[in-house]
Amino acid sequence: MKGVAFGQYYAAESPIHRLDPRAKVIMAILYIVCTFLCKNLAGFIALVASALLLTLFSKIPLRLILRSLRPILVIIIFTSIINVFMTRGEVLLTPESWKIKIYAEGLWNALFMILRISILIIGTGIFLTYTTTPIALTDALEYLLSPLKVFKAPVHDFAMMMTIALRFIPTLTEETEKIMNAQKARGADFTTGSLIKRAKALIPILIPLFVSAFNRAFDLASAMECRCYHGGKGRTRLNVLHYRAVDFVAMMLVVAFGVGLFFLNRYGFGYTLS
Amino acid sequence: MSEAYIHTEELCFSYVDADGRSENRALNGISVDIQKGEYVAVLGHNGSGKSTFAKLLNLILEPTSGRLVIDGVEMTGRELSDEEVLQLRRKVGMVFQNPDNQLVATIVEEDVAFGPENLGVPHPELRERVDGALSAVDMTDFAQHEPHRLSGGQKQRVAIAGIIAMMPECIIFDESTAMLDPIGRKEVLDAIRMLNRERGITVLNITHYMNEAAMADRILVISDGRLLMDGTPDEIFARRDELQEAGLEVPQCAALIHRLREAGIPIEGDRISTVEGCADMIVDYFQKRA
Repeated sequence: MKGVAFGQYYAAESPIHRLDPRAKVIMAILYIVCTFLCKNLAGFIALVASALLLTLFSKIPLRLILRSLRPILVIIIFTSIINVFMTRGEVLLTPESWKIKIYAEGLWNALFMILRISILIIGTGIFLTYTTTPIALTDALEYLLSPLKVFKAPVHDFAMMMTIALRFIPTLTEETEKIMNAQKARGADFTTGSLIKRAKALIPILIPLFVSAFNRAFDLASAMECRCYHGGKGRTRLNVLHYRAVDFVAMMLVVAFGVGLFFLNRYGFGYTLS
Repeated sequence: MSEAYIHTEELCFSYVDADGRSENRALNGISVDIQKGEYVAVLGHNGSGKSTFAKLLNLILEPTSGRLVIDGVEMTGRELSDEEVLQLRRKVGMVFQNPDNQLVATIVEEDVAFGPENLGVPHPELRERVDGALSAVDMTDFAQHEPHRLSGGQKQRVAIAGIIAMMPECIIFDESTAMLDPIGRKEVLDAIRMLNRERGITVLNITHYMNEAAMADRILVISDGRLLMDGTPDEIFARRDELQEAGLEVPQCAALIHRLREAGIPIEGDRISTVEGCADMIVDYFQKRA
């Protein structure tokens, strides 16, 4: 039962699911750096292989992972078009007489750009959103950002806000459904008409929802005061995160991968990004 | 100096309107003593000030005037340190009406831990307290569940566990059963009675259900911000007409005795707050006649 099932979280028993959420945040950042380290064909082959390997380890269906690329499809297409047509190189693929000139370098650049963006999204998905519950992610961020407390950054308050938001998403969703049904029962129509008409139909839902959300906020604030909440000072925690050896090994693997990419850039083969 | 656990003298509270001028007097001088370990019900119709009274007792609201002493500590007429306010709220816990609006965490056991975490209770005591509190309200099996998947009665029991885990001496239930179905209400009332009888926790149950009030050792009736009556359930329900003036009805069994008496059947006895008591009185009457 543990784990809220909204967002992209995919419940499964995998080595990646079991890693400490802090380790996963760090690994995600390192992996992003890796995608930007890649400069030549050998590097990108290694990168694609690593992404496939991660998918295998995380036990997340490939189809689900590819679906995560859908929202950024437009960006991918746009950047590749720009790359194909705007790159000036030496190997011309189109006849001299054409106005539009496409160079081989442009195609390579476009391919690398597509891979880089896709694997960036896939990697962060596998390390974070697919394998880590939002609440574990919040915990991890509170731990990782806690050094910022020295600069008076409200790290605890931020984490508390996130927790409460996550706690109330299902409650408010339920409430929205109730209000919608109540308005439907009185003849409201949310599904037909122009976009503007439909947007206007949402007002009778949003107003009661906001009123109730504020009332809930007042109640919750009183309840929290009753339970001696006074910010993060002197607070202990029931469930403390503990790094295990495997977390360090996993982080080291990503670092090693990055170092490997660095050498591939130098001694690898294939087209190299300038 | 009074020995009572909760001692109030002429406690008043006014809500100030948004414009900051007009005042709305919610509580108009309440003086009462509540002893340690008592089970007190506070009755009143909507807007009588009973919830305001409850919120003053752990300083969620600050009294406008009057005196409040909790466990021998003066709470009014001076500046309280943050530490003192925290101590007060640890000692006097409060469970609210809407179970959804008082659970903070996304996992039951983490919610129960919220209070003791705030108090800085260290491991492993923290774990013991959470497990103990969950087992006290019979929710151990749900420790890893998400609150929004529980029933109303279960959520409210989690809320109670969250208060128990702070080891309070007194718990105020502010209409905690009002939003529950009959099963949920019974679960919560059983938990309340257990806390009072077995753990000696002072209980204030703010309610407008007569049957719930009848379970208490003592009833306070609040009407228009004043303390109208103070006595045992039997004493209070004997004063039906005064209760009706305050907008309250006596429980059905007490109403029956009142009506039988009005109809000229002189039933003797004063145990009118419970069904058993009323039944015994009626049986006694017919046995005497026979």
